Amino acid sequence: MAKLTLPPVELVRSGHSACPGCGPALAMRYLLKGTGERTVVSVPASCWTIIATGYPTTALRLPMIDTPIEATGASISGLRAALDALHMSDVQVVGFAGDGGTVDIGLQSLSGMLERRTDALYVMYDNEAYMNTGIQRSGSTPEGAWTTTTPVEGMARGKGEPKKDIMGIVLAHHPVYAATLNVAYPEDFLRKAQKAASLKGPRFFHVLAPCPPGWKFASDQTVQIGRLATDTGIFPLYEVENGKLRVTRKLGQLKPVRDYIKVQGRFGHLTDAEIDTVEHEVQASWAALLQREARP
Amino acid sequence: MTRLVLSGNYAQSYAARLARVQVISAYPITPQTTIVEQLAKFVSSGELPAQFIKVESEHSALQVCVSAAALGARTYTATSSQGLLLMHELLHWASGMRTPIVMGVVSRSVGPPWSLDADHTDTMSQRDTGWVQIYPESNQEVLDSVLEAFRLAEDLAIRLPVMVAEDAFYLSHTVEPVEVPSQAQVDAFLPPRVPKGTLVPGKATRLGSYVGPADYVRFRREQARAMERVPETLAAIEEDYGRRMGRTYGGLVQEYRTEGADAVLLTMGTASTTARAVVDELRSEGKRVGLARIRVFRPFPAKEVRDLASRVDRLGVMDRSWTFGQMGSAATEVAAAIQSSPRRPRLSSFLAGVGGRDVGTALLREMFRDLLSKEPSGLRWLDMDPPKEVPLHG
Ligand SMILES: Cc1ncc(C[n+]2csc(CCOP(=O)(O)OP(=O)(O)O)c2C)c(N)n1
Ligand SMILES: [Mg+2]
Repeated sequence: MAKLTLPPVELVRSGHSACPGCGPALAMRYLLKGTGERTVVSVPASCWTIIATGYPTTALRLPMIDTPIEATGASISGLRAALDALHMSDVQVVGFAGDGGTVDIGLQSLSGMLERRTDALYVMYDNEAYMNTGIQRSGSTPEGAWTTTTPVEGMARGKGEPKKDIMGIVLAHHPVYAATLNVAYPEDFLRKAQKAASLKGPRFFHVLAPCPPGWKFASDQTVQIGRLATDTGIFPLYEVENGKLRVTRKLGQLKPVRDYIKVQGRFGHLTDAEIDTVEHEVQASWAALLQREARP
Repeated sequence: MTRLVLSGNYAQSYAARLARVQVISAYPITPQTTIVEQLAKFVSSGELPAQFIKVESEHSALQVCVSAAALGARTYTATSSQGLLLMHELLHWASGMRTPIVMGVVSRSVGPPWSLDADHTDTMSQRDTGWVQIYPESNQEVLDSVLEAFRLAEDLAIRLPVMVAEDAFYLSHTVEPVEVPSQAQVDAFLPPRVPKGTLVPGKATRLGSYVGPADYVRFRREQARAMERVPETLAAIEEDYGRRMGRTYGGLVQEYRTEGADAVLLTMGTASTTARAVVDELRSEGKRVGLARIRVFRPFPAKEVRDLASRVDRLGVMDRSWTFGQMGSAATEVAAAIQSSPRRPRLSSFLAGVGGRDVGTALLREMFRDLLSKEPSGLRWLDMDPPKEVPLHG
């Protein structure tokens, strides 16, 4: 196995208060290795409010501002405006928001920030539900998943609607750079973080961040499950720079989605027929992605 | 110092420019628009080297200011009515984070039903958000108050956001001559912001994190103490301003002909100007009446009101909004202030000028007549006559 080549700098302190196996904790750790010590981070209400610890401690060796859940896009516009006004052009601005805080309640301010061409990196860490409030469904929860507000009871089969296509929404704003990342693939993650840090203008990351208590799997399985998400084609890794899409983890044969679904309690109720439907959808979207990549 | 003919809105824009604001963010709403249009001109022409972030909502406008102020920038925004309501959550964030933002508010009624006119419902609905609230009476006072507001907000003993609320149209769109201080005069009065408690790039700094109950109450108490220091600090700022520019407004409450008065009416904003003329008329008719203008509503000038209460028998309070309490919002505050005073004058609460109804001399005379009459009047909605009969549906 290849040796990991991540920079040794640790900008997330070991005393953070994430759950064991927390995907979002890894996401912040890898991200800051890429953007570096001169980063200012804006965090809305989310698990990361808690992970970053309470007064008078803080888990980041960097400045961090807490904001209301829906305001990340505006917050990073404000941070950049102040840095410009105060002539501190060497500082990276990062918004680090959950999926609910991004695709639902914060969508307007994200759109505003992209449209204003704010020079900042917006990171959406996707644990696929409102986890901090106790696993309620968000617009980013996948179809069929159990959550506390999409129970599996009687006729109810978990979430009835498909996951919102945040990358499609973001790409319609033509950011300078947008990418999907996975905490289970740190080298791909780091390369993208470094690349984003080298660019100016609005940038966006969609980071898959598995959540052991929310997805119902053992806390030592985060990386295994994360890898399966990508290798089954459920969460492909790609980047889009100036409109050109490139798949960054090439897959020959996709692994069966069953391998990913069967190891998570939130999907425990899905029947073989339901899993087959997911399989077909994933095959189709993977083929569409490859087609888009092939476009000149 | 030059003399310009300015609307209240332009007085806001000129003051923000003279204050050398570094970050501006706003979203348009009538009747605030000309404030930010003028600022956009100042920024585009290079007269004001500021970042003007044009956002997709008032909510975002205030978040931009909060985050920019958190890094140490001097920030300004302006809004009105529904826009101020949309900011509600952010108003708490701004004050809780102790960001010294200055905001111009054009006080306008709140819908539904839709209405654009002068009314204090918007700002009164936000009185409990930890912002200092100043209610100027003239365009000159708007300009002077915005400059004082920056000094006050950024004072290291205060560090609270301040709103300067001007009555819709009566000030926002009415022009009058305004003395505009020179940049050198303002620079001497208002030095660059000295950042304290801000985020520092490269350092493990944090703003807004969660706390346990013991720290929560301590932070709130500190905020309350900062509010308590406002009267004294503002008095010192006003004195300095007066020395440099030749104008002061009497701190939190501005009294007019209250000496020997039997009855005093308390007003806010533009109604005060007409009320002053009515006091003159009534005095010349031998009636012993006076006026006290509440210039600063937050912090509420309880000490000044108690002092007034020790000298008069009857107090009336005119509120330009209805906030569904026992009396008008200012009247309720006055009632709370005087209940611990050794002399408790009879208190009347008048609702007038709501939704932009004109507050003319006849209406103000009616308030004084009511105050001087024998029976206690409690709460009264004045001027309820419809303008004319409109036939409904054929
Ligand atoms: C205006 C508002 N509504 C609701 C909440 C409650 N809230 C706090 S964290 C949270 C969950 C956010 O979910 P997500 O953005 O996916 O982040 P996660 O908790 O999963 O990390 C919610 C709903 C809030 N803080 N503010
Ligand atoms: Mg989430």
